[in-house]
Amino acid sequence: MDTHVLHKPQTGMRIAGLSIFFLGFLIFTSSLFVGQYQISKKTLTALSRQVPTERLVKLAPLQNRNYTSKVALLADIEKYINDDGQVQPYQLGEYKLAILKEANIGLLKENPGLFFLCSIVLAAIGALVFILAGLKMPAGIQHNHIFFNSAMSRGVLGISAAVYLIGFYVLLYWYPEYIVNLLILSDPVSDFIRNMPADRWFLYGTLYTFAVAVMGVRMFVKYRHNRYHLVRTGSVIFFQLGFAFLLPAIMERLNQPSMDLKNAWPLNYSFFMDWNLNSLTSSGGFGLFLLFWGIVLALIVVPAMTYFFGKRWYCSWVCGCGGLAETLGDPYRQLSNKSLSAWKIERWTIHSVLLFAVVMTVMQIANFLSDGNVFANYTWRVNQAYSFLIGSAFAGVVGTGFYPLMGNRVWCRFGCPLAAILGLVQKFKSRFVIVTNGGQCISCGNCSTYCEMGIDVRWYAQREQNIVRAACVGCGVCAAVCPRGVLRLENSDPAMRLNIVPDDECGL
Amino acid sequence: MSENLVVIGNGIAGITTARHVRKRSNMQITVISAETEYFFSRTALMYVFMGHMRFSDTKPYADDFWQKNRIDLIYGKVEHIATESKTLHLLDGRTIPYDKLVIATGSKSNKFGWPGQELPGVQGLYSWQDLELMEDNTRGISRAVIVGGGLIGIEVAEMLLSRNIPVTFLVREEFYWDNILPKDEARMIGEHVRQHGVDLRLQTNLREILPDEKGRARAVVTDSDEEIACEFVALTPGVHPNIELARNSKIETGHGVLVNDFLETNIDGVYAVGDCAEIVVPGDARNRIEQLWYTGKMQGVALAKTICGERSKYERGIWYNSAKLMDIEYQTYGFVSNLPREGESSFYWEHSGARHSIRIVYDSETEKVLGFNFFGIRMRQDVCQNWIRDGKSLSFVIEHLRTANFDPEFFRRYEWEILTAYNDQYGDSLSLLGKVGLYDRLIGQK
Ligand SMILES: Cc1cc2nc3c(=O)[nH]c(=O)nc-3n(C[C@H](O)[C@H](O)[C@H](O)COP(=O)(O)OP(=O)(O)OC[C@H]3O[C@@H](n4cnc5c(N)ncnc54)[C@H](O)[C@@H]3O)c2cc1C
Ligand code: SF4
Ligand code: SF4
Repeated sequence: MDTHVLHKPQTGMRIAGLSIFFLGFLIFTSSLFVGQYQISKKTLTALSRQVPTERLVKLAPLQNRNYTSKVALLADIEKYINDDGQVQPYQLGEYKLAILKEANIGLLKENPGLFFLCSIVLAAIGALVFILAGLKMPAGIQHNHIFFNSAMSRGVLGISAAVYLIGFYVLLYWYPEYIVNLLILSDPVSDFIRNMPADRWFLYGTLYTFAVAVMGVRMFVKYRHNRYHLVRTGSVIFFQLGFAFLLPAIMERLNQPSMDLKNAWPLNYSFFMDWNLNSLTSSGGFGLFLLFWGIVLALIVVPAMTYFFGKRWYCSWVCGCGGLAETLGDPYRQLSNKSLSAWKIERWTIHSVLLFAVVMTVMQIANFLSDGNVFANYTWRVNQAYSFLIGSAFAGVVGTGFYPLMGNRVWCRFGCPLAAILGLVQKFKSRFVIVTNGGQCISCGNCSTYCEMGIDVRWYAQREQNIVRAACVGCGVCAAVCPRGVLRLENSDPAMRLNIVPDDECGL
Repeated sequence: MSENLVVIGNGIAGITTARHVRKRSNMQITVISAETEYFFSRTALMYVFMGHMRFSDTKPYADDFWQKNRIDLIYGKVEHIATESKTLHLLDGRTIPYDKLVIATGSKSNKFGWPGQELPGVQGLYSWQDLELMEDNTRGISRAVIVGGGLIGIEVAEMLLSRNIPVTFLVREEFYWDNILPKDEARMIGEHVRQHGVDLRLQTNLREILPDEKGRARAVVTDSDEEIACEFVALTPGVHPNIELARNSKIETGHGVLVNDFLETNIDGVYAVGDCAEIVVPGDARNRIEQLWYTGKMQGVALAKTICGERSKYERGIWYNSAKLMDIEYQTYGFVSNLPREGESSFYWEHSGARHSIRIVYDSETEKVLGFNFFGIRMRQDVCQNWIRDGKSLSFVIEHLRTANFDPEFFRRYEWEILTAYNDQYGDSLSLLGKVGLYDRLIGQK
């Protein structure tokens, strides 16, 4: 009897899935280079809504020239449209993006739907085939070979993945004109859902949702023996697909102000900006409802839910960043730093960001209430700075781009101001605790290794202490991987919680 | 000058002693080990081999912890203990003086004199060096044979399977580990091991290991004269105290280093703790050798008190242990013997999927519970131990099972099935007490 093949994931299926995935990935990446560029009369007409006429006419000399690559056209656009150097850099970027999107001609422009299917959808199918092969392995903890796998242990593959991700984020945030082709291939989907062409946030939202859903299926397969993870993963997929992706799109389709209803302040740092408040207060009942909900969410729902369930109700059940971390990021959770110094740095950085966000919010509200008289220009600039440094560079580039280098919760752990607030509530006033089961801990270290928040769970478990840590997002993985069943996430009587301050710095 | 404590062995027992002595005193503390520079978790060896963790992840304390807490570490082998001069002599020639000495040298793998047991390709699994050897010994092989069915054997099987190496598992007993487990549980686990693709041979003994022309292991021969080709043989029939060092000194030894309840040896100021200690039990009961992680820890805590002047007996309390047999978690509390003992009965329930079971051993006369075996269900240690300590009755326990459950939230609960089985077997009509969670009520789970 030789059924040992059980332990080999269905190799054929794995290879097939991987090949399909890479084919989709290749088409996705090479679609960036498909097509040529030409500014025709039609192009100019189509652009009239996005670029002011006095700027648009300057493009006339470029008409009917053929450009084989973006680079040449971009240089010309810059030269002609900004001949007086008066266009703001941000505006210029938007113009470039719009012009490039209209000027693209060729295979991609003619068959965007086909490209969408052969790239994103094909890659998703490949990934699913690969993932479903895992069903042939016995259900149980599947961490074999993680530290031998280059992709998951900062090897060449891991570093390559990081470079790709970081590159993608840099282009998305600051040079979107270079990924205009990806907007073109998402047009049909955007048109179908929102009845409008794709912008880069729609593209990002689509990729994000695909990632959460496909890698969510991976979590279903990996943890099919553990209902906590099944329910939790179902929840993050639901909130990403429904609340972050579809609902705002439907609001846009209905010409209403759109908002991700679960994106609480201060993670949503523009909520109190004058343009947002103005838009909400001037769009009738629905706008006012959104305004009301945004405030209730931040002031009542967040603290109340955290009191009853701990930070986890948000961070590993609802949040979009958390959702991506728990699905796409799961293969990288072991890369979080567990050292005491990382813990120290984390407390400094996350509370600094919180302070930054609070100061900015005070400015935003004062600015709004005073009709722009207080902090007027500064508010805008501070918001710009926050958006650049925290919203884009930290949350996006570092937060996700660094998954394969520093684990899947870099942003949540070191940066997220909402996590900072939730953490303070969790630490000082909450029913949530991870209970340690007597003296059963064998100090093996699985819990600490797989804690994405870099908490040294073993340190508490081996001294028979319950775990109350501001950082803990309640993912439940420590409890799942513990081979002795030592840990249990509970919402219990606050009296059950122990003082968590180490009795001396060296932690004897 | 403060007193000078030296500990031989940086395993859980020696390290716990050192840490707790540091908590209580200003003594100078030195820990010597020949295995690894820093304390690591032996129980995690398998996870390093399987790629779940790196060696550094198995170290429960950061490397700077020791200096911060003024615990000096020496990486070296002690060759001789001279109790008259109170000095230790190391292999590298160093001489280390001590005022108080703790022997915490752990265990060694058993080998029962099988022909061929010293061949290259044949080994046990205990130390970090064993793990490195196993890495070399298993590279590119096409079959492995494991001899001896205990907890380490099943871990080795899991390790090999993770590398896709086919495994034949020779077990002397009628059912897997049935010298410890009652037959029902032993059968269930045996089935589980087989489901993982292990070629489990019960009631099979090793006769000899055959070498190839290069002198490496090439096959084993069983007691039914079957020859099984394999390039790797793991010998895992248990461990015995590592007492070579003590045996060649004035310190008294038996199977282990002989100590009293205070973990004191016959020599003043010399103690033994952990796997290597044999606690003498007066009368004709058998001496105690406890080869577990938590007992090593508890002994270390008790010994630290004694060393620091608060002479304290080592008292283990109610016995418990836990393990994971491939994918099935196991917990035991109190005493559950493999064969029913005089005056004891037991209630057993097993789920139809053969991955969850519970056994409650009780006094046939008084119905007081004496021990539990749980498979595939996590239970609360304090609740289970209190039931035994307080002499709760079987029916009380059945009714209150819910309060002891420690499974993660949303898990399927089995209390109702267990209760029904109990009522059927005993013609009783008990019902479950204790609160049902909101989620369970929502999905109609009783
Ligand atoms: C693979 C495996 C899995 C296990 N799993 C579990 C489990 O799940 N649960 C459980 O309760 N128990 C488990 N155990 C048993 C547990 O690990 C031991 O009971 C425990 O480690 C013993 O600790 P100790 O401190 O007494 O000795 P050890 O950990 O053996 O430490 C003794 C140290 O002393 C050193 N030493 C010995 N002689 C000398 C010398 N002359 N000079 C210098 N140094 C010397 C040795 O090199 C060693 O490092 C497992 C054991 C193994 C091997
Ligand atoms: S402590 Fe456990 S539940 Fe909390 S974040 Fe870490 S792994 Fe997740
Ligand atoms: S995983 Fe479990 S046994 Fe291992 S160190 Fe953590 S709590 Fe202890």
